[in-house]
Amino acid sequence: MSLLITLFWIAVVVAGALALGWVFRTAVIALSRGNLRKAMRTAPLTAAFGMFIILLYILVAVFAPVIAPFAEREVVGGQFLPWEAPHIFGTDNLGRDMFTRLVYGARNTVGIAFMTTALAFFIGSILGLLAATVGGWLDQILSRVVDILMAIPSLIFSLLLLTIFGTSVITLILVIAVIDSTRVFRLARSVAQNIVVMDYIEAAKLRGEGLWRLITREILPNAMAPLVAEFGLRFCFVFLAISALSFLGVGIQPPTADWGSMVRENAALITFGDVTPLLPAGAIALLTVAVNFVVDWMLHRASGLKE
Amino acid sequence: MGLIWTMIAKRLGLGLLTLFVISVIIFSATELLPGDFAKAILGQSATEETLAAFRKEIGLDLPAYQRYFNWLGGAIQGDFGTSLSGNKRPVADLIATRLGNTLFLALYAAAIAVPLSLVLGILAALYRNSIFDRAANAAALTSISFPEFFVAYILIFVLAQSGLFPSMTRMDADTTLGEGLYRAFLPALTLTLVVTAHMMRMTRAAIINLLASPYIEMARLKGINPMRVILKHALPNALAPIITVIALNLAYLITGVVVVEVVFVYPGLGQLMVDSVAKRDFPVVQAVALIFAAAYVLLNLTADVLSTLSNPRLIHRK
Amino acid sequence: MSNFTNGTGGLSRRGLLKGATALGAAGLILPASVRKAMAEPKRGGVLRIALASGNTTDSLDPATWDSTFVQSFNTARCNTLTEIAPDGTLVGELAESWEASADAVTWTFKIREGVTFHSGKAMTVDDVVASINYHRGEESKSAAKPYVDPITDIKADGQNVVITLSGGNADFPFILADYHLVVLPSADGKIDVTTTDGTGAYVLDSFEPGVSVKMSRNPNYFKSDRAWFDGIDALSIVDAAARQNALITGEVDVIDGVDLNTVSLLERAPGIKVLPVTGNQHFVFPMDTRLSPYDNNNIRQALKYGLDRDELVEKILRGFGSAGNDHPIGRGQRYFNTELEQKTYDPDKAKFYLKEAGMDSISVQLSAADAAFSGAVDSAVLYAERAAAAGINIEVVREPSDGYWDNVWMKKPFCASYWGGRPTEDLMFSVAYSAGAPWNDSFWDHARFNELLVSARSELDDDKRRQMYWEMQDICANEGGVVIPMFASYVNAHSDKVGVPEVIGTNQGLDGLRLYERWWFA
Repeated sequence: MSLLITLFWIAVVVAGALALGWVFRTAVIALSRGNLRKAMRTAPLTAAFGMFIILLYILVAVFAPVIAPFAEREVVGGQFLPWEAPHIFGTDNLGRDMFTRLVYGARNTVGIAFMTTALAFFIGSILGLLAATVGGWLDQILSRVVDILMAIPSLIFSLLLLTIFGTSVITLILVIAVIDSTRVFRLARSVAQNIVVMDYIEAAKLRGEGLWRLITREILPNAMAPLVAEFGLRFCFVFLAISALSFLGVGIQPPTADWGSMVRENAALITFGDVTPLLPAGAIALLTVAVNFVVDWMLHRASGLKE
Repeated sequence: MGLIWTMIAKRLGLGLLTLFVISVIIFSATELLPGDFAKAILGQSATEETLAAFRKEIGLDLPAYQRYFNWLGGAIQGDFGTSLSGNKRPVADLIATRLGNTLFLALYAAAIAVPLSLVLGILAALYRNSIFDRAANAAALTSISFPEFFVAYILIFVLAQSGLFPSMTRMDADTTLGEGLYRAFLPALTLTLVVTAHMMRMTRAAIINLLASPYIEMARLKGINPMRVILKHALPNALAPIITVIALNLAYLITGVVVVEVVFVYPGLGQLMVDSVAKRDFPVVQAVALIFAAAYVLLNLTADVLSTLSNPRLIHRK
Repeated sequence: MSNFTNGTGGLSRRGLLKGATALGAAGLILPASVRKAMAEPKRGGVLRIALASGNTTDSLDPATWDSTFVQSFNTARCNTLTEIAPDGTLVGELAESWEASADAVTWTFKIREGVTFHSGKAMTVDDVVASINYHRGEESKSAAKPYVDPITDIKADGQNVVITLSGGNADFPFILADYHLVVLPSADGKIDVTTTDGTGAYVLDSFEPGVSVKMSRNPNYFKSDRAWFDGIDALSIVDAAARQNALITGEVDVIDGVDLNTVSLLERAPGIKVLPVTGNQHFVFPMDTRLSPYDNNNIRQALKYGLDRDELVEKILRGFGSAGNDHPIGRGQRYFNTELEQKTYDPDKAKFYLKEAGMDSISVQLSAADAAFSGAVDSAVLYAERAAAAGINIEVVREPSDGYWDNVWMKKPFCASYWGGRPTEDLMFSVAYSAGAPWNDSFWDHARFNELLVSARSELDDDKRRQMYWEMQDICANEGGVVIPMFASYVNAHSDKVGVPEVIGTNQGLDGLRLYERWWFA
């Protein structure tokens, strides 16, 4: 019976999400012109829902001070207050408003995660494509360096680096980005390797295309799909990395709210059936799902399949 | 085929070089960390003189390069030294059982996760954009976006508190295989949830990426059934990225599971590594780091060999 | 929920200088009336316990016992000369009785006869001398070295051990109850620090550092009414949630370090009892009094009044503790100053002191990591929130836990730290507040305080001694460089199958580290 009830609720949530996606898609189609409008017409409901969620997160992040009823660090009352007005999600372990922390968490966490992932992809994919295209000694050197970096377990490596270089937000972003970029490098190189042996690349080389053009015009477009798919996942791995690092005591500086640390701080409650830690974890999960729905759609478009 | 063997030999050689460089990096990193073993062990309550006496006893008073070369000299002959801690246990001893535990858990999780994610990925590609595809995706993404310890806590709440599975995974020397599989089920399940999404999505993406290729169109126009198109025509060409991602995740299962070890009280290498880093017990840190690195190098090599074999163009590359 | 506190009863002059026990220490520890009220202990069962500490680098060398995990099982394996009874008084263990010279410089301990090690070897006076000597001298790496440094001479004399100190110390026998100073078998005046041997209640069967330890009862233990369990199976479980789950699912019987975030939920679990024990463990925020602005006592006072101690006790300790008063002496200790005014959160007073220092507001950095104590970062955040109302802007800097004691403690001018507490006022003050002491983490140097410290140490008149310690607490609280927000209880939990004594030791966690030999299965 309880299984049926669960299934029912899941169905309700899915239906609600799809309805939201439909409303959002219709609204965008009505309000936009040109290419965007054309693209949106073909977007599946899941992708529309994903875009809606991403937009919502961006709005929340930008307007956090307006939306949040309290200040980010303000202690507003007792700890673990129940879910009732004025604290719709209750309060956290220090008596700060949970809803406020979640809203500010969007700003801090999403910002940091996006910057980190973007940086990691910038470094990783450029070097990866370069290594695959040029081959020879450059490939050897880059691959060996990356091999060495990757062979050191990332969590322990980032812990070491953060302990040595300090734990400001900038170092955090740089350290995670550099370590993540090795993974991107591997993928980009392995994908591009399959492309550089294609005949059209040979042809382009014979045409005398320069290296940069070769990479950006001939190889990158064809390597884009797996890279984009990876981006969607790497993005959410950053939340997890921050969460794991705060498990080891080197996360984001307090009293800054971030979801990774918020999950860590409240995680033990779940073993007693208390759902509080599901809030920040759910916020991460929802964004991850949303980003990847959109990524799936883009992947689909990039693959050129017409169905 | 000769080319493959040359490649393997070359890569193994490079692997040894990698291990050497890593031992230098790890050694320098532990040196750069504030404090040393003496300080870490004697902790808050140590005075300068007790520290000095202790350092002398365990040879920490020697200059760094000398300690490194002493260690290297032993390591080349297969002697990884003894732990700095008072038991003076040989590192090999200390690591042996934990290495077994780590491999057991990694294989266990991989045995569930790899087939599961391949099947799910292929099915998702086959029924792309269907309800099944979206649901599998959303479920996998949700599980991957929860931190490991959180997934573990949820599983403990659901499966251990009802008494179905133990919340701790104690492995003794006399644990039978069946018992071990039962006790390690929750950590293995946690790890499966953590790694499946990544491999599944990559399988799906790699296959879909090929579906627009002319030869696939051709196959479809010939009226071959879609499952066969994917298995016979698309999958072989999508193998390279899939193998890469599987190798990455297998390496992760061996090297990156410290959090799961902590939550399930599982005596594996990750916990040993973190403990030893915290205490600056560098012979142990070195040995564990090298095991991790070796696992990674070997898996990577295997992945590359398989990728190359899967793409005849690479074998005959000019 | 009842809190256990140790008695405040002072010791007489005779009590200070002489101690004696008959065999059967427990009979002396508790008055007969108390014993009758307790459930009668009985033998049997293997105790399964999960502890928050334990590390793969743990060893059997008594110089390095740094965590509750190693301390507790080694206290079960070995014995010390004296023992701190659950009520805080000192009784004999391997020493039957002791006596001091009138100036408290020379101490004579009569060693118990007929005690054997697990290996069957008889414990001798030479073993005692060698065991204490191991911690002495230039070459010693022992954490207990500062405790035994004042010993200038130690020698065997028949069945007695005679110890001569560099200066009078009325509390010296308390020092010998320290868990490092266990007696191990010796040969040629040296102990073997890797031995698994001992005289204690339990024989070591297996020890896997950082994982577990298994022990079985010593059938020849010299205390007949101790060691009720047939065996001990102790596990190291670092993660607090995992530890609690092990208790809830019945895989262990006792856990320590209960996660205070979820303690109210744990209390509701069936068959589980939460057991807080008030001890002398306290959390501190030391300031470097050599540096500006902390060299100004007005600033220090302002910082002390800008802190809401009650809020910290409520939110960080969940009520399992009490507000501190900026001196390190616990309420249960002999010379706790009961008349000293308790500091409370008072932004106006804080502003007043700022003004005295010629300032309207001040900005400082407070470094913290949860390595200092569990909840240190949260405590600092709450401190910063409250202090802001007094014009004190505290920027909380979360430092990495790894290397905290090297990088931050005694390096950063204002940081978080903790003290496990010391059994005597003299030890506590000497270790962390006397000028030039290696762990004086506020680098404090107060002439009157230092003078009192030395004279109180050898003062044998109880009233005079009390007066001195009271004055020292006053000086420490109002002129010292350490903010002490709270005293934290040790919070353990156990299944209701476990029998717990009425009075529980407070000098260390786990019933003064002696849970294994004092508790039983009901």
